[in-house]
Amino acid sequence: MNGAKARQKIAFTILGLITLLVVAPIVLIIYYVVSRGWSAISWEFLTAAPRNGMKEGGIFPAIVGTVLLIVGTMLFALPVGILSAVYLVEYAKDNLFTRMIKLSVVNLSGIPSIVYGLFGFTLFVVFLGFGTSILAGSLTLAIMSLPVIITATKEALEAVPMAYREISLSLGATRWQTIWYCVLPYAIPGILTGTVLSLSRAAGETAPILFTVAAFYLPRLPRSVFDQAMALPYHLYVISTQVPNMPAKLSFATGLVLIGLVCLMNLVSIVLRAHFRKKKQW
Amino acid sequence: MVRKINERIIETAIRISGFAVIAFVVLIFLFLLKDSLSLFRVYSLKAFLTSTQWLPISEPPTFGIIPLLMGSILVTVAAIILCVPIGVAAALFIAEVAPGYLKMILKSLVEILASIPSVVLGFIGIVWLGPFLKHAFHLNTGMCGLTGAVLLAFMALPTIISISEDAIVGIPRMYKEAAYGLGATHWQALWRIVLPAASSGIIAAVMLGIGRVIGETMVVMMVTGNAPIIPHSILQPLRTLTATIAGEMGETVGGSDHYYALFAVGLVLFIITFLLNLAADMSLRKSRK
Repeated sequence: MNGAKARQKIAFTILGLITLLVVAPIVLIIYYVVSRGWSAISWEFLTAAPRNGMKEGGIFPAIVGTVLLIVGTMLFALPVGILSAVYLVEYAKDNLFTRMIKLSVVNLSGIPSIVYGLFGFTLFVVFLGFGTSILAGSLTLAIMSLPVIITATKEALEAVPMAYREISLSLGATRWQTIWYCVLPYAIPGILTGTVLSLSRAAGETAPILFTVAAFYLPRLPRSVFDQAMALPYHLYVISTQVPNMPAKLSFATGLVLIGLVCLMNLVSIVLRAHFRKKKQW
Repeated sequence: MVRKINERIIETAIRISGFAVIAFVVLIFLFLLKDSLSLFRVYSLKAFLTSTQWLPISEPPTFGIIPLLMGSILVTVAAIILCVPIGVAAALFIAEVAPGYLKMILKSLVEILASIPSVVLGFIGIVWLGPFLKHAFHLNTGMCGLTGAVLLAFMALPTIISISEDAIVGIPRMYKEAAYGLGATHWQALWRIVLPAASSGIIAAVMLGIGRVIGETMVVMMVTGNAPIIPHSILQPLRTLTATIAGEMGETVGGSDHYYALFAVGLVLFIITFLLNLAADMSLRKSRK
């Protein structure tokens, strides 16, 4: 074995060790949260409201709040996200307007989540008068989720072969009919994957909901979209920093439920991707 | 006829959606600017940018952004120094060395890391990493810049790894094959040819990573100790721009100077990340050519 080969072996070993350094903590963290939190997870924990200054009882209102936020975010972000991606791929000419949209998508994806929180607060809560509410929080999270949805939809639309559009148009279909019947159906897997992924990010975010929806302690379910709500990530923040003598078990269990929810959504997106990839035939 | 009208309606909706994306960025900027300007009517911009004290509730209050900016910069630099070499090395391993099945496992693990909510990592920082570092470095408190930097480095890894990996995989095969033809080993080809060729993609990855780190809120708020003073070392408690907004917003009275000062901090953050993203986008474009 000559020197270069030996150096290669050393280099690759070091690369492998560094990679191990990256992935080992991921596994450890998951294991740590699961092992410490698992014993506190019970039917009561998942379906009861918190009691006694959140030191007892469950996290049901926080779970419901997070699910409502996910649904609200989807309702606002999905139509705008998909339509603007359709615009970029199917309609846009290469002009200033198009370049500005692309630049805006890039910049939206980089804005810190706390700045979204400030913006949501000043626009939705104060200026439009929605108050601290599920509506204001969903809108804030929706704007934050747009870039991922747009990028995923754009890639999915671009992957549909040009011939599909040409054939449809040559048969006399209008532009929108072509998109609706011949392009979108084939792009749906990519769109779904991106959407679920962006929603799972939104579900775990704390900073954008701090001032727009999150309730410190609200042991009942929200009554309307103008009501405040508890949310899992904010609840975990509150019990791990603001509540003295909080039983650690409950914090770990709340973290476990949050990680579980986010991982479940990721899993759904992976399964969807795999399922549709098998069916794809071009 | 009806069909034509429908077509018109839907095309208008599509155009409006496209326009809305631009509108959101402009609106975010304008709303931050509007409330920031309310501060600068009563408090000088120069003092805001140069004063070394952030004392929002003393009388009279001082809103100097320097301590917060220094906190953010210190934590970000430390996090980037930690995560860039590790991230690029892991990207090289995943893209070029790992066999197929291992590649899939590693990529899924990195995706899992990307999806762990930051508040969970902050919690891990409080219960485990903070106390651990406190013992390891004999600190007064584990809630300091270092704990934040380590967690932020960890959080930025998925961004750095996935974008660097794309850049490495995107280098044409011919480059490597030409190197092999001249008798280079796989490692020599990677180190001398592939890595330099992928450099603009890697630079973009680093810039997006910096953007990610400087904008992260929950982790730094939970583990860096929240001391709004100019930090002299990474081992001290400090406070970042993001944590200041998140921590103080709830205590301010709407319309007070303090309230507007937090929007001014938000505006500074917006401008920093805007420039970083612009630079990253330009770098990515260069790498695709």
